[in-house]
Amino acid sequence: MNPTTSRAERETVTIRVRRFDPDSDGPQDIRWSEYAVQAHPGLTVLEALLLIQEEQDGGLSFRYSCRGAVCGSCAMVINGEVGLACRTQVSSLGDKVMVEPLRNLPVLRDLVVDMDVFFSKEESVMPWLKPTDPDPECERLVSPEDWGEAEPYTNCILCASCQGVCPVAETAPDYLGPAALAKHYRFFADPRDGAGEERLNLVDSENGVHGCDMVWNCGKVCPKGVPPTKGIGKTRAAIYHAKKAGEEA
Amino acid sequence: MKRTDILVIGGGLAGLRAAIAAHDAGRTVAVMSKVYPIRSHSGAAQGGVNASLGNHPEGGDDTWQGHAFDTIKGSDYLADQPRAEILAKDAPAAVIEMEHWGAYFSRFDDGRIAQRPFGGAGFPRTCFAADRTGHHLLHTCWEQTLKRGITVYSEWLLLDLVKHSDAVVGAVALHIPTGDLESFPAGSVILGAGGHGRIFAKTTNAYINTGSATAAAYRAGARLEDMEFVQFHPTTLYGTNILISEGVRGEGGLLRGADGKRFMDRYAPSVMELAPRDIVARGIQTEANEGRAFEGDGSGYVHLDIRHLGADVIKTRLPGIRQIAMEFAGVDPIDEPIPVQPGQHYSMGGISCDEDGVTDLPGLYAAGECSCVSVHGANRLGGNSLLETLVFGKRAGDRAAANAGGVADGVGDVPSSVYEQAVQVQHDSLRTFASRDSGTRQIDVRRRMQRTMTRKVGVFREEAPLAEAVEELAGLRAEYASVSLDATNRGFNYDLIDALELGGMIELAEATALGALKRTECRGSHWRTDHLGRDDANWLKHTMATRADDGAPVLSFEDVIITDYEPMERKY
Repeated sequence: MNPTTSRAERETVTIRVRRFDPDSDGPQDIRWSEYAVQAHPGLTVLEALLLIQEEQDGGLSFRYSCRGAVCGSCAMVINGEVGLACRTQVSSLGDKVMVEPLRNLPVLRDLVVDMDVFFSKEESVMPWLKPTDPDPECERLVSPEDWGEAEPYTNCILCASCQGVCPVAETAPDYLGPAALAKHYRFFADPRDGAGEERLNLVDSENGVHGCDMVWNCGKVCPKGVPPTKGIGKTRAAIYHAKKAGEEA
Repeated sequence: MKRTDILVIGGGLAGLRAAIAAHDAGRTVAVMSKVYPIRSHSGAAQGGVNASLGNHPEGGDDTWQGHAFDTIKGSDYLADQPRAEILAKDAPAAVIEMEHWGAYFSRFDDGRIAQRPFGGAGFPRTCFAADRTGHHLLHTCWEQTLKRGITVYSEWLLLDLVKHSDAVVGAVALHIPTGDLESFPAGSVILGAGGHGRIFAKTTNAYINTGSATAAAYRAGARLEDMEFVQFHPTTLYGTNILISEGVRGEGGLLRGADGKRFMDRYAPSVMELAPRDIVARGIQTEANEGRAFEGDGSGYVHLDIRHLGADVIKTRLPGIRQIAMEFAGVDPIDEPIPVQPGQHYSMGGISCDEDGVTDLPGLYAAGECSCVSVHGANRLGGNSLLETLVFGKRAGDRAAANAGGVADGVGDVPSSVYEQAVQVQHDSLRTFASRDSGTRQIDVRRRMQRTMTRKVGVFREEAPLAEAVEELAGLRAEYASVSLDATNRGFNYDLIDALELGGMIELAEATALGALKRTECRGSHWRTDHLGRDDANWLKHTMATRADDGAPVLSFEDVIITDYEPMERKY
């Protein structure tokens, strides 16, 4: 948005939203609603959906919270691309906008998908720090250089955008997926963590790091620049080296 | 019915920290949140968390006493002093605990937690994790909740607290995915459900910050304290009002008017951009009102300039801010200044409670932004809100755990009919909503409330507009009784959720506006253009709001607890 542009300059944009009502639609039914929205410069897809909900169709369901790309609530498919609705400018999409729920997760209603499975996968990778040394009185000292490796992975907001573009997740429902594996690497690479081999064992499986096809879609759509595939590759290498060291010992 | 010793409402930092404390004390605990906990607004906090660790090269002489003094001075002497001392004293342990739990704080070269200067602080004592401190702390607390296997009920909206013999004994909530109602019996209830910034039109707050738990406590008979004290953050992004962290000024960001020149010398000559938030917000608003800002659409803005910091500092210390400026304003702060204006940011007021979260109601505790301890008084210092959630969340959890199920908190055996009846009341009320097929849409009422609050109960306040606001809000409260719904679906009915929350929002707005009307002085964030100057003779007092049966606020006043810090002029 150029701040000097007046918000009075509006143009009509057509927004098509894929609908699903669990009470009346079958899982294969495809139903769309179409809304005309007066778009001002700076209007985001999330704001457009809220305007629709407020003024045209109170029954339209979608999740939202922060509207500033930090809470991870509003990942969806916008004109065929996965993204956060709150950080997608309507003006970047042309005069026709098509909005669908995130893929590779069951749709509960309209743009709302079932996140329980996604969160239970997160939980399964032991996503908490497990140091082996006793807590010191002050903080654990870590040099800024040693801090760099895990840092990108700490920025994950669990929006599941990566899940929505993962080709493995599409066909293998039990695959842990890029977000959980990125979270796993975040703790594995944390210089304070001591759970090394125990952690590696959690993902040393076809549903874990070996399931990844290394397509790199996930990192491309991540709104926070997290590179799951890179972490998965490094975890695989660590598993390989741990096994080799075990054989030699 | 879902029974626990302790029910925590709110899955942000205060709620999770309270839940962890109560769990570690051996109680059964459940957390109820209207979103998944990590969607909570704590995650949006950027700049940092204060603790007198003395890690900064210029902070070696810092002490918790210095932190307490800065907090009390920053509060314009409205903070209860012994409680501000607890906040400061417990701060280092709270921050170190989060580090031990895995929080990814930025580091100095010697490996210690990095600290930066923040407004109103005598030393650089704000610990940070880049400019995503809230995100890191929230995820860390969530991870610790998972580690302990604490039950979490996500996407349950609190409708009302359940009372028996004057004590709070649980809650009734709506399951957002299905529309089902359920009761949650508990030995005690801790509210850590965040602020209510959405009663204003221009706010940095998330859409979810509606104050639904605060309103429920108020309906149940708890008093609200100091509601007129509303923090307007000086630097919110022009257009969307997304927060632009104080950390930006902490790192050296400069404010410039339309002529390109700095203007903070007119308002805080010694500390300039690093004056406390209320002073900077009034500075910017004055520049706008007097025609020295950029003219925006309806309201002016100024420039926050960090170009001189260079690309490296911006990318490592302020990556989140750069991303926000680029995505929401089309401005890369490496090359261009960021357009900013003041906006509602934080509710200093809230549910009245003591340093252990104890409220007026037996069995009910509060912590975090929904509470008023009071440590922030008339103006909260940056870096003290994340800290408050950790310190007082823990204390409330500990205290509730010590009491839950005991004589003080509970009522031992509560007949199940109490819960059945509480659910029935909500069931009937939902049916009434659904049966109205004509009436004002809730969004119309909500927008009028928000506009009234931003226009008439904003940065600068005056008797006539405040009186109008009180009248308009009372009118909206009456009108609320006839709002109708557009949606009929049972699950994920956000039209219904918005309508349910609106009633409470209007009542919180009314308490805020009435407090602002009655307080005839300037103190911290509360600035009366018709009553200039702080009036310690009459107003070293907390404003207490009690809800009358019709929903209107009734005010009374209580003395501030002053111990060691004699009120003096607040100059920077």
